[in-house]
Amino acid sequence: MAILEVRNIRKNFGNVEVLKGIDLTLEKGEVVVIIGSSGSGKTTFLRCLNFLETPQEGTIAVDGKTIFDAQAAGAYSDNQIRKNRLHFGLVFQQFNLFPQYNVLKNITLAAQLHLKDEIKAMKKEKAPHFEISEYKKAQLEKIEQEAIDLLAKVGLSDKIKAYPFQLSGGQQQRVAIARALALKPDILCFDEPTSALDPELTGEVLRVIRGLKSSDRTMIVVTHEMEFAKSVADRVVFMADGVIVEQGPPSQVFDNPMNPKTKAFLSTPTL
Amino acid sequence: MTLLAVTLQLLEGFKITCMLFALTLVFSIPLGLVITFGSMSKFLPLKWLSKTFVWIIRGTPLMLQVMIVFYLPGLAFDLPALPRFTAVLVAFVINYAAYFSEIYRGGIESIPKGQYEAGQVLGLTKSQIFFKIVLFQVIKRIVAPMSNEIITLVKDTSIARVIALGELIMAAQNIVSAKALIWPLFYTGVFYLAFCGILTIIFGWVEKKLDYYKG
Repeated sequence: MAILEVRNIRKNFGNVEVLKGIDLTLEKGEVVVIIGSSGSGKTTFLRCLNFLETPQEGTIAVDGKTIFDAQAAGAYSDNQIRKNRLHFGLVFQQFNLFPQYNVLKNITLAAQLHLKDEIKAMKKEKAPHFEISEYKKAQLEKIEQEAIDLLAKVGLSDKIKAYPFQLSGGQQQRVAIARALALKPDILCFDEPTSALDPELTGEVLRVIRGLKSSDRTMIVVTHEMEFAKSVADRVVFMADGVIVEQGPPSQVFDNPMNPKTKAFLSTPTL
Repeated sequence: MTLLAVTLQLLEGFKITCMLFALTLVFSIPLGLVITFGSMSKFLPLKWLSKTFVWIIRGTPLMLQVMIVFYLPGLAFDLPALPRFTAVLVAFVINYAAYFSEIYRGGIESIPKGQYEAGQVLGLTKSQIFFKIVLFQVIKRIVAPMSNEIITLVKDTSIARVIALGELIMAAQNIVSAKALIWPLFYTGVFYLAFCGILTIIFGWVEKKLDYYKG
């Protein structure tokens, strides 16, 4: 069964129609790369998936369960939205690390705060006191250990105590990836993860993303790195003017594009 | 009069000055945050109410505000006048809260949208985002303008003289008229300077403490 099913997503900003009906289905473990020129709606689409924008039309279903339906958009409580968005993780173009926290805290903060909420709920249900404190201790240790493992995975074990300003852009982005992974999202989204980086730093970030590819990790990557798209994608989606113009395996979209818009986009010389 | 006698007498006034300073901060710092939330509110009537309030308070002299708080309740509504200290304190708290609220607003609005969005996609609540992510960054950004305002407050306490509250300047003027000595008045400058000097050192220390990160 598809892990993600997006149907007819439409999004306007005032009179500007940015997404004109996007349909997309992802299988578990699939890596989909979205390409297209600036203003084609790629970023807006990712922001809709992560509930940073509310589409005017359409539905989003994860694992067969509808988590967003535009017709009921007003009825979702803040709590529901918070819960639903945890199906997704998002890595931003500008990293958006928390500058006042060190690398470890950046990764563990959200999980720790979620744990706090959970404990509050346990207290309300009058769970035995020692049980709560045992659980809390075990969970906190687990959160920290997982963060340490994730840092090893993105190759930054030696930066655990560093602050974001002490890291290069590439290192910051790798921390941001670890931060997103820490909440174990079903679908991890990347919004132009290397566009804010110097060319010599893009490689390390792309290597990390490529290393994340595994049978149970589903990813959507918006990027301008065509070589990377070719090598990492199971499927390439080309967007233009708010619609998906063409999609298919990289070999087909890159080497044998059908749509004239795709042809034009891919033949534009990169500077 | 000896220097020691004058100093002791001025210290009496300085005590009032310090109390006014400290209590004004204690109340106006949180009140300012409330006004900030008002003027940043999406609920328009509240927003305009807060903005109008700030406009009036910043647009009129503090000295006038002190006189209004002290005299107006009695003149207009036949209410008993507030004690002098209370009246001055009320005027100061309102005045400084308005200025602080604008400093806070500037600080909060200077935090990039990405910080909020990063918190949102991690499933945090609005209050978690504000208190765990944004607030601390705001504090770092407003230390310099806040210290400016707070140092101004030290000297503004002398405005309390206008309704004859016995603060430092008033204490000196009492000596001037009783003993026909002018130098105690000039000597008050030393007290203000010392006070501000200590504050400058404290703020410098705070800034340094917050300097462990950038951004």
